Amino acid sequence: MANSFKHGIHPPEKKEISADKSIKRFPFAPYLVIHLAQHIGKPAKAIVKEGQEVQRGQKIAEADGFVSVPMHSPATGVIKKIAPMLDFDGKMSPSIIIEPHPGSDQNVLVGREVEPDSLTPEEIVKAVQEMGMVGLGGAAFPSHVKFSPPKDKPVQTLIINGAECEPYLTSDYRVMLEQAKRILRGIKIVMKALGAKETIIGIEDNKKDAAQVLKDAISVDDSAVKYVKVEVLKTKYPQGAEKMLTKALVNKEIPSGGLPADIGVMVSNIATVSEIGELLPKGQGLIERVVTISGKGVDNPGNYLIPMGTPLEFVLKHAGVNEKARHVIFGGPMMGKSAAYLEMPITKGASGILVMTEEEHAPKKQKVYPCIRCGECVNACPLFLNPSRLGILARNDEFDKMAEDYNLNDCFECGSCTYVCPSNIPLVQYFRVAKKVLREGRQRKQQSIAG
Amino acid sequence: MDAGSILTAAGVMAGIGILLSLILAIANKKLHVYEDPRIDTVDELLPQANCGACGVPGCRAFAELVVKGEIAPGKCTVADPKEIDKIAEFLGVDAGGSDKKIAYLACAGGSNVARQRATYDGVKTCQAANLVAGGGKGCSWGCLGLADCERVCDFDAISMDENSLPVVDAVKCTACGDCVEICPKGLFSIQPMSHKLWVACKNLQANEEAEDECEVACTGCGRCAMDASPGLIDMVNNLAVINFEHNHKANENIIQRCPTGAIVWFNKDNTESIKGKNAKKIIRKSSIPMG
Repeated sequence: MANSFKHGIHPPEKKEISADKSIKRFPFAPYLVIHLAQHIGKPAKAIVKEGQEVQRGQKIAEADGFVSVPMHSPATGVIKKIAPMLDFDGKMSPSIIIEPHPGSDQNVLVGREVEPDSLTPEEIVKAVQEMGMVGLGGAAFPSHVKFSPPKDKPVQTLIINGAECEPYLTSDYRVMLEQAKRILRGIKIVMKALGAKETIIGIEDNKKDAAQVLKDAISVDDSAVKYVKVEVLKTKYPQGAEKMLTKALVNKEIPSGGLPADIGVMVSNIATVSEIGELLPKGQGLIERVVTISGKGVDNPGNYLIPMGTPLEFVLKHAGVNEKARHVIFGGPMMGKSAAYLEMPITKGASGILVMTEEEHAPKKQKVYPCIRCGECVNACPLFLNPSRLGILARNDEFDKMAEDYNLNDCFECGSCTYVCPSNIPLVQYFRVAKKVLREGRQRKQQSIAG
Repeated sequence: MDAGSILTAAGVMAGIGILLSLILAIANKKLHVYEDPRIDTVDELLPQANCGACGVPGCRAFAELVVKGEIAPGKCTVADPKEIDKIAEFLGVDAGGSDKKIAYLACAGGSNVARQRATYDGVKTCQAANLVAGGGKGCSWGCLGLADCERVCDFDAISMDENSLPVVDAVKCTACGDCVEICPKGLFSIQPMSHKLWVACKNLQANEEAEDECEVACTGCGRCAMDASPGLIDMVNNLAVINFEHNHKANENIIQRCPTGAIVWFNKDNTESIKGKNAKKIIRKSSIPMG
């Protein structure tokens, strides 16, 4: 019996569409849009001017403070404009627009090589920030902030998330199959930064071949064999969530409102460590990422290495978008975001792009019925919350009660409750609205105290 | 039972009654808190909506401040002006704040003029839609038309028109500010009705970019700013912004050259917004088709 957590769901995996497609490079789009605020934290500050020539890999924006990361140019070209462009949330957000030179190549000439072994933990954290590295699983939280936990909470165990529990997505799977050496190099660097003693890589049992590849790589690596192990987990959603993965692998729970560091662990996505293992020794920045393009709306689904800032329109055209395409989702089908505009670019947090047909997206017209208190959602919630009760409160706008009496803020919006609800109640959407209203209320309160 | 014990019992009861009433009477005198009787009168004249729009928690508290002279009766935005005058007359003070304030909407992009770029399918509220890529409207600043403001308004002052755009009833609106708070796009603001010149747009795009998304968008051409007295209109990020400190300089000529009719002039009772002569005519009645 493989390790797992309690509750959760098992949606159709749909990974077969793109699982056997090896990672392929994408060409440059006619223009690239780099949002300055595509990570959590303060937006980066542009350090280039309109009309300036930039090289592939050159830093074009610098971090503004500790919780912020710089941006690098994904292509050799010219800075066309520095202006607000549409972002994920449908807002105009400050961006740098680059026009790649025709025929500009994939070589990165910028960057000073370093020997990771010679760096101190502080230097590694600094170098990771300079890379512009963020969590590639989707949240886009600056990695170097994670790698510097509070001094009084030392991290013993580094957990690497190779679960990839979202249906459709196969980018992490391909990374594990093709980049095992990079992953091990990255793990060593991150372990040194954290001062961790051991590393556990968690992989779901529908990707046993990837687990085997990593096991083989570890067995021939003299140092890795001592402290890195691979654990196979039950295929279940949301196995890859930080709290679930920790429970499954070290059988400890992260306290409500707490961080993994509270119980001496740190969780990092497998693609993140792979990029660190590749880019940090070369002294280069994060300028492209592996993205799964899948769904019946595209003729060439697969796993692509796409330059940051490539507009969705270009991505879809290149992946062979067909007439049946109706819905485009950034990320996985469970936690991803619907895209409303085709100008939106690939960002550091985009792990997948799903192009779905009408039938794939909504097999039958989903009418919303009242809650019948069947308790399916309670059985599905991996955090043991009561989504049914929360949903009823949300409909009555009792947001404060949701947070104070029913732990709304523990919900990480995995969507399991919505998935199982026989009445088709869009529970997670209610919760997102409630959280936003509460967050804004808090901000207003703070402002009125400050002002 | 003899009559004596009945009389004793009655006497004792009467004695206790008199004693306790004496204590009460003394306590009433000793512990008396003086309250201005005018507060009651003023309180009765107030609308008892307890809406808080005046910035004071409830009508009673407002009445206390009015009597103390710390706030002008006119600060109550809900009451009928006649009632306000009565209060002012009763207290012999200036009514103050006679300029009625109402909610103004900074968008005119109904479904017949503004393009929808994606179909939103989910919880039918603006706040929920705004969390899904901004709601899918072509103009990312524009009204989503799902009527959160209509639902939140306690005074029935907001109704959605046939193009899913909220219309504020200037008579019913009490400037309580609930719509300002709930609109996820921040399109409402509370303005005195003396502000007749108004830019019904928040789009920061320029020229065709703005006009492609919405036929009545401010394109940032700057004609109104040129025609206005200096300082009244500033062009900020491709949007005309009125500086109401110079409101007295505003006049109807300023809006005449606006090509889209994004800048408007309100009539006397704010029941109608008038566009300039050169604003293009909007003929379409139905929603713009997708595509």
